[in-house]
Amino acid sequence: MGSVEFRPIDLGMYMAWVVTIVLFLVMPLIFTSGFAISLLSQMGIMIVFALSYNVIFGQGGMLSFGHAVYSGLGAFFAIHALNWVGDGRLPLPVVLIPLVGGVFGAICGVVFGYVTTKKAGVPFAMITLGIGEMVHAAALMFPDFFGGEAGITTDRMVGTPFLGFTLGPAIQVYYLIVVWCVISMIAMYAFSQTPLGRISNAVRDNPERAEFIGYNTQRVRFFVLVVSAFFAGISGGLAAINFEIINAEQVSAIPSGAVLLATFIGGAMFFFGPVIGSVLFVLFAVALSEYTPAWQFYLGIFFVLMVMYAPGGVASILLLNLRVAKEGLFKALRMPYLRLVAGSVVLLAGVVMLVEMAYGLTLSLSIGTMVKLFGIEFDAARPTPWIIVVLLLGVGGWIFARVRRDFMRAWDSVNQEIEARAKQAGAGGAR
Amino acid sequence: MEFFLISLLNGISYGLLLFMLASGLTLIFSMMGVLNFAHASFYMVGAYLAYQIMTTMDAALPGVGFWIALVLAPVLVGVLGALVERYGLRRVHRWGHVPELLFTFGLTYIMVEMVQIIWGRSTVPYVVPEALDGSLFTLFSTRFPTYRGFMMAVAVLMLFAIWLLLTRTRFGMVIQAALTHPDAVEALGHNVPRVFMLTFGGGCALAGLAGVIGGNAYVTEPSMGMQLGTILFVVVVVGGMGSLAGAFYASLLIGILQTFAIGLDWSGIDLLAMLGLQVDRDTFGYSVWSLTLPQVALMLPYLLMVLMLIVRPRGLMGTREN
Repeated sequence: MGSVEFRPIDLGMYMAWVVTIVLFLVMPLIFTSGFAISLLSQMGIMIVFALSYNVIFGQGGMLSFGHAVYSGLGAFFAIHALNWVGDGRLPLPVVLIPLVGGVFGAICGVVFGYVTTKKAGVPFAMITLGIGEMVHAAALMFPDFFGGEAGITTDRMVGTPFLGFTLGPAIQVYYLIVVWCVISMIAMYAFSQTPLGRISNAVRDNPERAEFIGYNTQRVRFFVLVVSAFFAGISGGLAAINFEIINAEQVSAIPSGAVLLATFIGGAMFFFGPVIGSVLFVLFAVALSEYTPAWQFYLGIFFVLMVMYAPGGVASILLLNLRVAKEGLFKALRMPYLRLVAGSVVLLAGVVMLVEMAYGLTLSLSIGTMVKLFGIEFDAARPTPWIIVVLLLGVGGWIFARVRRDFMRAWDSVNQEIEARAKQAGAGGAR
Repeated sequence: MEFFLISLLNGISYGLLLFMLASGLTLIFSMMGVLNFAHASFYMVGAYLAYQIMTTMDAALPGVGFWIALVLAPVLVGVLGALVERYGLRRVHRWGHVPELLFTFGLTYIMVEMVQIIWGRSTVPYVVPEALDGSLFTLFSTRFPTYRGFMMAVAVLMLFAIWLLLTRTRFGMVIQAALTHPDAVEALGHNVPRVFMLTFGGGCALAGLAGVIGGNAYVTEPSMGMQLGTILFVVVVVGGMGSLAGAFYASLLIGILQTFAIGLDWSGIDLLAMLGLQVDRDTFGYSVWSLTLPQVALMLPYLLMVLMLIVRPRGLMGTREN
């Protein structure tokens, strides 16, 4: 008896790969501004980081609050290696620097993973948090290696150009990131198909049973963590090349939390989930933070809503809707969707206005109480905008509550229909 | 001797504050299996609410503000916690413990931003009330602040009250029973989800109370929650997950350890000098030997945790897993 494969998903998988790679190549041709290239580069780095995180989180069932330890330390070793290349002490092409990050990330994975993987579940999560804080505190204690508050800087335009690439222009760095990103993605996908990757799924789902069939769950967790740390280190090496500066914040709780948010928002149960999540996260963290100081608030709300209503992440929402569309039942959902979007937009406008005006008032010491929102500038200290906010929140909330009920009803009936069809097909065409 | 006693007292008061938080966290964890990542955020909200109540009330009735805050702020934080449990956590509960942890993790982002939206990003001037400002007694030549004594008294009183509630009242019995046998308690006609909600709210109220008395002893700022939160998790791991007594010893241990480490200006060089070894800039590992204890103080709790995990993975008083 061979292994059971679920064919239809595989076709989708090929499509996803092709679409992803084409998007990688085409995006910088559409969005050519410097900001867009920088945004895309950060997305590429985040994708590697989030996918490496998902090796332990989604596939291995280990919730870590300290994954930035591996990417951050990998980045520090990579940046020192890059400086050595600059000194002529290390004969290594710059394009291979991420590999240095990866190797040292994996070594850190061996050291710290030995301690953390002694536990699983919630204790594992707390220990990773503690280790993360410890490494962050240590990073501030050794300024020789970590550069203190200022960090370590480098110059990526050193060594002999590789195939004519000097890595001077941002676009060349972007394509370097793309190459490493695609290689890492393929490698991580391949890893998920190896016996170790498979058994890590088993350890996630039922550790007791995995023990009974003869696997040491602690050792499985350890090996999986080392693999994950390797790829995290690669993302750190890419960050070192891209930013040319690495400081102690790279190993702190901030990037550790970020990678968790990105992975979960995208969908930890799907291989491509973290890819979507990384794109969304970078949009939040880099693009939205240009417009509002409250971006973390929106991100937090978004994340909590996902945990509450869509624990499968954006990927699960997409796939479920795709299934509905494939069955040709999307027509029944079109009106409820439109109403839901209309209600959400009103409600969201109210929330955004409230948050921005409140921030405008508290941060008013330096910039005054004028708030610019949706292209309109107004004074948050006057009563009129507040009345509008109350109206928006009231009306939006009322519409949303009503429409949500209708939507849920339509959604449930559509999904029941699909399940009934699947059951019928299964009964009729059982192999 | 003088340094030793004062540091010991300071360490105990810090340790007791840690335990006020750790007790609520442990109670919630052992009952609901939820590790409340946002526990220290409730501590932060408690401090900010106390600051707000104190400044607002002091304008009308000078000197009373703090005492009103001492009662009102924990209650408000408790209500907030109960609402979070009722409308957030309960929904996530059916998906298991990891989503619950993620929910409270997301909550920390929201709460810290809310605090910044309302009170701004810098430190707020939440100060010790006049009635408690001053020194309680003088030890040799160092004055011991009254407020430290007050903190310890509140913490001990609170612990005694919880102990009474848990062991001597009917409601406490139900809580204790629901810790181990929720189904049986439900079958006996008790509303277990309501007990969960009240426990969560109660635990958060304790964190709020710790915030009221800790916020002005230390600093009230948006990052206070995150700073204390990680130490708090160390306390719970070192003490043993779910063990109240373990959390108590671990809190005191870490409180005293950190206070002493900050006060003692020793370094590895001194240690080697005692052994008759001379260290200078060219010695191997100079940057490690030259570190002083205050520099490592921040790291000590985490080192302790790692050591504990290697030597005794279940913590001081934790039960053996499986």
